[in-house]
Amino acid sequence: MANDHIVKSFDEELKRLSNLLARMGGLVEAQIATAIQAVAQRDGDLASGVIRSDARVDELEREIDDQVLRVMALRQPVAADLRFALGALRIAADLERSADYAKNVAKRAIALNQVAPLRPVHAIPRMGAMVREMLKDVLDAFAARDVAKAVAVWNRDEELDEMYGSLFRELLTYMMEDPRNITGSTHLLFIAKNIERIGDHTTNIAETIHFLVTGVPLRAERPKGDGGNFAVVSASDSAE
Amino acid sequence: MEVARTMTETKTVGTSSTEAVKFKIKMAGRGVNVHYGAKHALKAVDIDIRENQVTAFIGPSGCGKSTFLRCLNRMNDTIDACKVTGDLKLDKQDIYDKSIDVVQLRARVGMVFQKANPFPKSIYENIVYGPKIHGLATSKQELDDIVEKSLRGAGLWNEVKDRLLDSGTGLSGGQQQRLCIARAIAVSPEVILMDEPCSALDPIATAHVEELIDELKSKYTIVIVTHNMQQAARVSQRTAFFHLGVLVEEDDTANIFTNPRDERTQGYITGRYG
Repeated sequence: MANDHIVKSFDEELKRLSNLLARMGGLVEAQIATAIQAVAQRDGDLASGVIRSDARVDELEREIDDQVLRVMALRQPVAADLRFALGALRIAADLERSADYAKNVAKRAIALNQVAPLRPVHAIPRMGAMVREMLKDVLDAFAARDVAKAVAVWNRDEELDEMYGSLFRELLTYMMEDPRNITGSTHLLFIAKNIERIGDHTTNIAETIHFLVTGVPLRAERPKGDGGNFAVVSASDSAE
Repeated sequence: MEVARTMTETKTVGTSSTEAVKFKIKMAGRGVNVHYGAKHALKAVDIDIRENQVTAFIGPSGCGKSTFLRCLNRMNDTIDACKVTGDLKLDKQDIYDKSIDVVQLRARVGMVFQKANPFPKSIYENIVYGPKIHGLATSKQELDDIVEKSLRGAGLWNEVKDRLLDSGTGLSGGQQQRLCIARAIAVSPEVILMDEPCSALDPIATAHVEELIDELKSKYTIVIVTHNMQQAARVSQRTAFFHLGVLVEEDDTANIFTNPRDERTQGYITGRYG
């Protein structure tokens, strides 16, 4: 909204909420980036750092919850202010969950270091870069209340789903070629799935932005890429 | 006679999401203009007041909401410089028509004011005054029945039944206001207009009056002017926002307070208007 509130302290409380979300968003972006880097570079120290820092993300979510509760109790926000307060709560929850996925990626990075490097690992940084870009854009869209940008992120998730689907098929084939690949491939599969899930939370945030700006939900059916949900590989595929 | 209409989208009337709710229009204004001398206080107001619902008028001081409320039972007639034009109907009957008996109109469209104003008489006398002058009752028994029914209707009976002959002015502020509501319903009105009925009451007395408003709507059509937006949100089904003499937006109360369509409404209810 263009105008400030007549009561300035109300604006300050809403601003504090925006700032907390921006900080939390920045931290989650960094957590994801570092976790992906830990996988790509087989760096256990980086991975351990991500695991430790997750507590800070949780703490920020609690601060945001407290701030929303405070604004609701003391200001009784309505209309755009109410939608913002509810939106903040939902965005914080989506960011927190995304950070959990980053943490899980970091844990699996440590596990992957115990096995020989796998060829399909190359796909992880590509997926990671994509999801980071989506998260960055959706956070920018939130800061600017930019619905068009949020919707663009929402549409981009399809591509991420497709990347996940093709990696899924590649890993299945890889595992069938040699059972010794199964441990590493399974970890990679979960890593890719985690990244794909972060993409889903990013689209949730895009939907929340749409609601808090326009007041109506983003109703359209989101285009979904083939996430490998129906993929099967027969023994003859791997024999080639 | 009322006419059932299906909710339709118009310029100023919003509809809530999907339902095709049927409701009756109790009062309707079309192109209502009010001038106080040279001042154009209300500009081309179009509105439907739904039967058995609570409609709240909100807006900053001087926006015209009380002026419009006072048009609904011709209270503005008493102000010489006030000129009302346009079309205002109660059950499809033009209330500004020459044939209308204003005293009868005000029995059908009652009013409760900001400051409780009981007559300096007994509680009993406060209630029976209206029914007597309107000839609604003659025998003592009939009047006693009206007193009990009205006080029960206003949620005051149990508090005052043992002291009906005490002065109405000796009651607490909240009780006085409920006495005024009892007095208003004693003449069996169809519409009750309330002008800031709780602004002089504490939160508990306010809650009693709000609970009463909620109960009254099953029998009466209620229009309330309030500066307290949370009160409008709590008690009304429809909210109309007035600004500078214009009816800016009228919609389901839930829509007004979650997603108003007009920037001016948004600014006012979120505390940005200024």
